[in-house]
Amino acid sequence: MNLVQEPLVFELTSPGLVGCSLPRSDVPAVALPAGLARESLALPELDELTVVRHFTRLSQKNYSIDTHFYPLGSCTMKYNPKANETAAAMTGWRNAHPLMGDAHSQGSLELIYRLQSSLAEIGGFTAVSLQPAAGAHGEFAGVLMIRDCLKARGQDQRTKMLIPDSAHGTNPASCTMAGFTTQTVPSGRDGNIDMKALAAVLDGTVAGIMITNPNTLGLFEKNIARIARMVHEAGGLVYGDGANMNALTGVFKPGKSGIDVMHFNLHKTFSTPHGGGGPGAGMIAAVRELAPYLPGPIVARKAGRYALAMPELSIGRVKAFYGNFGVLVRAYAYIRMQGAEGLRKIAENSVLNANYLRARIEKSYKLKYTRSCMHEFVAMGDVAPGIHTLDIAKRLIDYGFHPPTIYFPLIVPEALMIEPTETESKRNLDAFADAMLAIAEEARTKPELLHQAPSTTPVGRLDEVTAARCPVLCYRS
Amino acid sequence: MPFIPTTEADRRAMLEVIGKESVEALFVDIPASRRFPPLKLPQGISELEMLREIETMSAKNLTSGQAAWFLGAGAYNHFIPSLVPALASRGEFLTAYTPYQPEVSQGTLQAIFEYQSMAAELLGMAVVNASHYDVATALAEAILMAWKIDEARKRILLPANLHPEYKDVVKTYFSSFDVEVVEYAGAPETAPVDRLTACLVAGYPDFSGEIYPLEAGAAKAHAAGALFIVQADPIMCSVLRSPGSQGADIVVAEGQSLGNPMNYGGPYLGMMGATEKLMRKMPGRIVGEARDHEGRRGFVLTLTAREQHIRREKAVSNICSNQGLVMLQSCIYMAAMGSRGLRTIASLCYDKAHYAAARIGEIPGFRVMTKSFFKEFLVSTPKPADDISTAFAKRHIVPGFPLSRYDSSRPKELLVCVTEMNTKVEIDKLVSALKEVSA
Repeated sequence: MNLVQEPLVFELTSPGLVGCSLPRSDVPAVALPAGLARESLALPELDELTVVRHFTRLSQKNYSIDTHFYPLGSCTMKYNPKANETAAAMTGWRNAHPLMGDAHSQGSLELIYRLQSSLAEIGGFTAVSLQPAAGAHGEFAGVLMIRDCLKARGQDQRTKMLIPDSAHGTNPASCTMAGFTTQTVPSGRDGNIDMKALAAVLDGTVAGIMITNPNTLGLFEKNIARIARMVHEAGGLVYGDGANMNALTGVFKPGKSGIDVMHFNLHKTFSTPHGGGGPGAGMIAAVRELAPYLPGPIVARKAGRYALAMPELSIGRVKAFYGNFGVLVRAYAYIRMQGAEGLRKIAENSVLNANYLRARIEKSYKLKYTRSCMHEFVAMGDVAPGIHTLDIAKRLIDYGFHPPTIYFPLIVPEALMIEPTETESKRNLDAFADAMLAIAEEARTKPELLHQAPSTTPVGRLDEVTAARCPVLCYRS
Repeated sequence: MPFIPTTEADRRAMLEVIGKESVEALFVDIPASRRFPPLKLPQGISELEMLREIETMSAKNLTSGQAAWFLGAGAYNHFIPSLVPALASRGEFLTAYTPYQPEVSQGTLQAIFEYQSMAAELLGMAVVNASHYDVATALAEAILMAWKIDEARKRILLPANLHPEYKDVVKTYFSSFDVEVVEYAGAPETAPVDRLTACLVAGYPDFSGEIYPLEAGAAKAHAAGALFIVQADPIMCSVLRSPGSQGADIVVAEGQSLGNPMNYGGPYLGMMGATEKLMRKMPGRIVGEARDHEGRRGFVLTLTAREQHIRREKAVSNICSNQGLVMLQSCIYMAAMGSRGLRTIASLCYDKAHYAAARIGEIPGFRVMTKSFFKEFLVSTPKPADDISTAFAKRHIVPGFPLSRYDSSRPKELLVCVTEMNTKVEIDKLVSALKEVSA
């Protein structure tokens, strides 16, 4: 890891330099519009080598999947195949314009169509839109679809969405953006939705429920079919948050379990790279009744030709053009390499790996739920007096591991959400388990090592409180 | 199986530690009748076969490298220096995730801070976020920001000449709320701003390529207590006065022009900047400077109380994953180009577009309709622009965007885009071909 402080690009400036060679003009110069010319632009001026060294050195300050085991729960940090990158970099994709017209875009349209079909089959749904740019974007679209379907049934008094207390924050946030209010449904002692509590809140104001399955505790929602039936009988619809689909590919089809509309995160289950925060892609899938409401345009096929088409009752566009196409290429490439058999192996091995880690560390880390988990599990990090999950996370860094997700889900105190994924070897899993056990031991015998961690990184723990109170969000010379 | 390093022996050893007989036994919670459904998908293929299949598919597109290219309309053919993909594709950037653990994410965090800083300078704003999905969604969320200040202000003023797809996205984002979207023609200061207006939106330039000075519009909006939101071309902002310097409260822009390929419409980059006053109402991640206990400078995600993982249903926005890598590419692009390089690119676009417009304007039957433009201008054509476009494709010329694709009442209008990628020879070729049309 690069431990040396790297100056900001502005601090490396040398007036007169440009980091790229530019062509001379072959046309006459024209004066800019009167009164609107910009006097100066204070961007950096760097030579090309300085730019290359700067960003190379910055990259060396990151932990990443390519360099470290990265068990961030619910993010599915699996290996991002380099083959995906080659597929996405082809000039036929990079240099394609979204408004070139269908006749000249048959390649892109065919890829989108095939990916739509593949994902519909994997999920057990009728139709798919690949327009949403992220999971949360898909959630927003899905809730709008539910709104419109209920309106068509004359049920627009239903303005409340039920959300389990273990849900990801994007679920209620998406509801607010769609004009819904939210009501929390508690989890029972087994970690699944409390059925009695659910029954008690189902009334004529409920639009539906947003369910994550497996849930954020890494547990399969055993009553999913019954929950869906109850919600449907009460007049509502069921939204599926597919962030945890990595446990289910080829093992279970959520579209056959009563879920009406669902998103997948292509940057999780389908191996597209996380890019330091994005771009992702949030495919949204629907059963027959809700298919007409999908955001669009989507791609249809007729007599061997592909064309853009707006679903007949579409909620409209949720973004310009058709989706994060460059991300879609990667997901398609991945699915083609996996095939049906490979997809099932993904789920089997991700679940196997998670259960193995759980078994290896459960003597040192309390588990809230002791039954078999799916592709991730939640442990608690308060293993000794004065030790918190944050300390375990920071000490793991010194052992060369990216920490798991911490303090989520909110219903487990001192939560450590661990998701190894199927692309890690047993050797890697054992190294991580050994480190976790060693840290638990240090917590008891040498706690200062945890409190001072990390000590092997370019900076130590940062004062985030002051950073928020007196924000410095830009370079000012 | 591709990418799974677990052997049979590993599996047996692991199951023994877990205390289960088989992998299938780990799925007991799934109803038996629904477990392991067959997937009607073809068998998996090797990397070699996959690449061959995808290459064949990609060759069915007509691309900018294959024609004299004058099509813009929201996706632009600009030069991408080699160092941009070379650096951004480094595994340490590509395969990292959201920088939740700042100590092991200083590469990503510092790059975001540098991007925020450069974008703030370019757009003339105090604060820039770490990205939104694209300019259309950034615009929709900017308008939401304005409306939420006082929801009684139900009027939203949009330019009639705003990209139709951006208008559609705004409509979708407001479809649950009781607001009135009113379109206005011409310069922003001519819009019917009143005390019920939440915001006045202006294009800089607008969808016909027209550049209007912004100060008058900003003043009118502010006098009525409304926000002034500008949707700008980021490259144009390097040589013309920034929207921020002319009074914009929020600026949104499409960052695809800054070092990102056209990629059939995505992934793109929603740039969003705001005034300091609006900082805590901005959606999206924001990076700030911080110190550790030894006083070393570092960077962290900050002002997180705005976001969904903290505020849930009360969050400013539901956005979580953003367009991180696309932002990184724009960051590297802006650093490599710098002030000189970016202004040179802008001048090339401006000069070449004016050369093209002058020559096209001389052709009988053709008229340039845009008065003051940067790299795009609207041309009135003697024959339907869509027919011209279809015919020219066979000759490897893509003359521009026929407006009839969005609006059938405008069949003889063509939006022509000229960038630093177009040579004088190509422009002359376009002009010769258009001359044949009018003959």
